[in-house]
Amino acid sequence: MIDELVIAVTVAFVLFAIALVYRAVVGPTMQDRVIAVNAIGTNTVVILALVAVIAGEQMFLDVALVYALLNFLLSIAISKFTVERGGVI
Amino acid sequence: MTPTGVATAVLLVGGAFFGFVAVVGVLRLPDLYSRAHATSKSDTLGVLLTLIAVSIIFDAQLATVKALLLAVFLFVTNPTAAHAIARSAYDQGIAPIIGGRR
Repeated sequence: MIDELVIAVTVAFVLFAIALVYRAVVGPTMQDRVIAVNAIGTNTVVILALVAVIAGEQMFLDVALVYALLNFLLSIAISKFTVERGGVI
Repeated sequence: MTPTGVATAVLLVGGAFFGFVAVVGVLRLPDLYSRAHATSKSDTLGVLLTLIAVSIIFDAQLATVKALLLAVFLFVTNPTAAHAIARSAYDQGIAPIIGGRR
C-alpha cells in the first residue's frame, strides 16, 4: 500500500518537474527562468529521496544532499551574477 | 493499517498536493514576484512533508537522520534562494504588478 503510494507520488513529482519546464522555456525575464530551474531542482531532490525508498538504497540520500547544496549554490550564484556582477547578498 | 502507515500516507498525499499548488502558482500567476512567492512557500511545504514521510518510512536508521537533515536544509535554503532571485530582479528594475497595473 505504502509502496504503491510512494511510486505514485514519485510519478507526480516527475510530472510537476516536466510542467515547470514550460516556465523555464517561456518565462519573460531571466529571473523567471531561474525560479523555475530552482523549483525543478527542489523537485529533483524529492524524487531522489523517494527513489531511495523505492530502490531500498540509502546511498541516494547522499546524492540528494549534494544535489540540494548545488541547487542552492546555482540560485545564489546566478542572482548575484545578474546584477552588476555581485552585491545582492 | 497501522497508525504509522496512516501518518505516512497523509504526509505523502499532502506533499504531492502542495507540490501541485506550487506548480500551478508558477505556471499561472502573472508576475515574477508572485511566482517567487508560490515556489518559496508551497514548494517548501510540499518538500518538507514528503521528506518527513521518507524519514518515517526508513524507521530508525541512519537514513532517517539524513532525510531530516535534508528537510531542515531545504527549509532554510529554498526561501533564501527565492529571496535572492527576487531581490536581484528588483535591483535590475523589474517592476511588480500593483493593483492590476505595471
